[in-house]
Amino acid sequence: MIATDQLSLTFAALADPTRRAILARLSRGEATVTELAEPFAMSLPAVSKHLKVLERAGLISRGREAQWRPCRIEVEPLEEVDDWMAGYRRLWEERFDRLDDYLRELQQKEDGAPDR
Amino acid sequence: MTSTTHGATTFTLTSDTEITMTREFAAPAALVFEASTRPEHVRRWWGPRDHEMITCDIDLRPGGSWRWVLRDREGNEVGFHGVYQEINPPSRIVHTECFDPVPDDESLVTVTFEERDSRTLMTSASRYSSKEVRDIVIQSGMEAGAAESLDRLAEIVVELGQTVAG
Repeated sequence: MIATDQLSLTFAALADPTRRAILARLSRGEATVTELAEPFAMSLPAVSKHLKVLERAGLISRGREAQWRPCRIEVEPLEEVDDWMAGYRRLWEERFDRLDDYLRELQQKEDGAPDR
Repeated sequence: MTSTTHGATTFTLTSDTEITMTREFAAPAALVFEASTRPEHVRRWWGPRDHEMITCDIDLRPGGSWRWVLRDREGNEVGFHGVYQEINPPSRIVHTECFDPVPDDESLVTVTFEERDSRTLMTSASRYSSKEVRDIVIQSGMEAGAAESLDRLAEIVVELGQTVAG
C-alpha cells in the first residue's frame, strides 16, 4: 500500500500547473529557486511552497549548500506514474491507430466516389 | 498496406480526477466525428484488436443513451454505457460514461474535434467522480495492455512540458 500512497502523493503534487511547469524546467537541468521563480509572476516564498510539495512527493531534491540549494528532478516517482499509465496509454494508442487507419480507408473510398 | 506512421497521442493527467488525451488525424472533422458516432464505424476501431465488439448501440441525441460491449478471447465481457448530453456536429460531444465494473459511478467525457488544414485534432477529456474511480479505470486498461512493453519516462516529461506550453 506504500506504493499507492506514493502514487497519490505524486499525483497531488502534479495536479498543479505551476508545479508541472517547474518540473518541465527542471527536466532540462538543475536550477535555483530564483531561476525557477523567474518565468512566473510569483514571489520567492510562493515558489518555495510549491518546491516543498514537490520535495515531499520525492519529485525533486535540493542541494545541501546553504546558499543556493539548486533543485533537481527525481525521476523515480515519475517512472512509477509512467508504469501505472502504460497499459492505459497503450490501449488508447492502439484504438486511435485503428481509427487513423480506418479514416484513411474511408477517405480512399470517398475519393473514388463520383460525388466528390 | 498499413505502413503508415501514426501521430502521437498525448496523455495528460489534467487533475487528480481527470485524464485528457489528444490525437491528430489526417481527416476532416466531419469524418472523424462520423467515425466516432456511427456504430458501423465505431465497431471497426474502438475495441482492441483481439477483442470482439459485441454491442454498439448509439442513440445520438441529447438524452439518448449508448452502450458498447467488448468480449475478449477468453469470453470475458466488459461493457460501457452512458447518456449523450450535448451533440454538436462536427466539433463537440459531451456524454456520461459508466464502466460496468463500477456501475454506481459516472464520468463525464467531453470530446472536441478541431479541424485545421483538413487535419483534425481530437481531444477527449474524462472527468471521474473521484481519484479512486479514475485509478480503477486506468488499471483496467493496464490489464489490457499488460503484455506490451512499457513506454519510457522521457515521454511523460515531454508531456509535462507540453502541458505547460499549452
